[in-house]
Amino acid sequence: MIRRFPVFLFFAAILLTNLSPEAQGQCKAFARRICKGDLERYMHDGNYHAAILTEGEEAELYKTFYVDQEYRIAICGDDGLPDIEFRVMDIQRNILYDNSENEFGGTWDFRLESSQQLMIWVRVPSVNPGREPASGCVAILFGLSTR
Amino acid sequence: MGSKNTMPFLISLFAISAAILLPGGCAGNCSRQDSDRDFTIDLPEDQSEDMERVKQIFYSLPSPLETALILKSSGAVFNEDLLNPVENVSRYMTNKSMAVNLGVYTTDLSYASLFDQPQISIDYMNAAKRLADNLGIIDAVDSETLERLEANINDREVIMDIVSETFMNSSSFLQESNREPVAAMMLTGGWIEGLYLALHQVDEDDIEQSRMVRIILDKKLSLEIVMLLLRQNSHNDDVASLMDEVRRIEDIYSKIEITRSPIEVDRDRDDGVTVLRSTTDARLDREVFRELKSTVTEIRTSFVS
Repeated sequence: MIRRFPVFLFFAAILLTNLSPEAQGQCKAFARRICKGDLERYMHDGNYHAAILTEGEEAELYKTFYVDQEYRIAICGDDGLPDIEFRVMDIQRNILYDNSENEFGGTWDFRLESSQQLMIWVRVPSVNPGREPASGCVAILFGLSTR
Repeated sequence: MGSKNTMPFLISLFAISAAILLPGGCAGNCSRQDSDRDFTIDLPEDQSEDMERVKQIFYSLPSPLETALILKSSGAVFNEDLLNPVENVSRYMTNKSMAVNLGVYTTDLSYASLFDQPQISIDYMNAAKRLADNLGIIDAVDSETLERLEANINDREVIMDIVSETFMNSSSFLQESNREPVAAMMLTGGWIEGLYLALHQVDEDDIEQSRMVRIILDKKLSLEIVMLLLRQNSHNDDVASLMDEVRRIEDIYSKIEITRSPIEVDRDRDDGVTVLRSTTDARLDREVFRELKSTVTEIRTSFVS
């Protein structure tokens, strides 16, 4: 058994490698179909950030936002997930926006008087302890105002 | 299979699953350890619990569209001579040259589109398609997209939407197929092209007054993210060599001191758009500007020729 073990693992790894793009492909379709619509009048910048998260898991995104530009951040999660929490923080992790204070809205519009490096923190909250945690795609998209 | 033998197998399988199912990301603390040396974001002292929960860390660079928009709003003018000629596309045979120049062409395409240059936009879309095809990026630009582009050649909104979609198709395909090093090189190529275009918009005798200089200075912020992205993929030889080139730019930026005041949040506005108020203090000396311009031009020339 022990001698056959690495061979078994090798095939398991191949199987999982092949499954991963499929799951990721569903994430891309989700981001395009659902999340992009939330950008409304803002033009999608073309960047794609999405991951499959399970309840209790977090993701972080670091990005430079530029002076005089108006942005919309859109965060969305699969239907099976609870409302996604997100915060926007500066480089000292001071909270600039927290959607839990805004009915867990999925978008935030802002512009800057000087360019800044900001961090976007995203979490899928655990809402049903004791039950199997839900997993699904979470996407972070950015829109730019062209007005 | 007895339980004694099953447990190590399951643990190993779980470990492999976690590694494979997290493409491009860094579960837990690996990215933070990598980034401690240079990245300026302060982390709270005791984050061990939080770090367990952070499944994915993204580093987002300005997309080619954002770069073009920033250039335009900073007073850039269109200058076709600055673009990488589409005739060069046949020269790019290696993975690195194709990836970097896909970023270069996509930035040129965005720049041309935003400045209402329809024929040039079509030419650069075709050049980008050719490189994407050669890199094995499926459906980044399909024939339907090209037909839509040609049918809406005077509608800037549609063109920008197509450019955005093309970029998303390329970057998401590379991410999904576990080819993050190629994506990182493409993004870095686009970032350098944006800096090149900005540097060549500045009149050297007018550095003090130029709005474009502010954007060049602000590129120091996104340079940190470029380096993090490259470091995350530096196991790849092409990425490692690209990193050496970008380090030359980093060395010059290290001579520029930039200070920023704390951010004040102004959210009670009628238009619903929050304003993040802060000020920046920075200065670009003529000598440093010249050095930056000549180094970036040299690196960019080595990419496109």
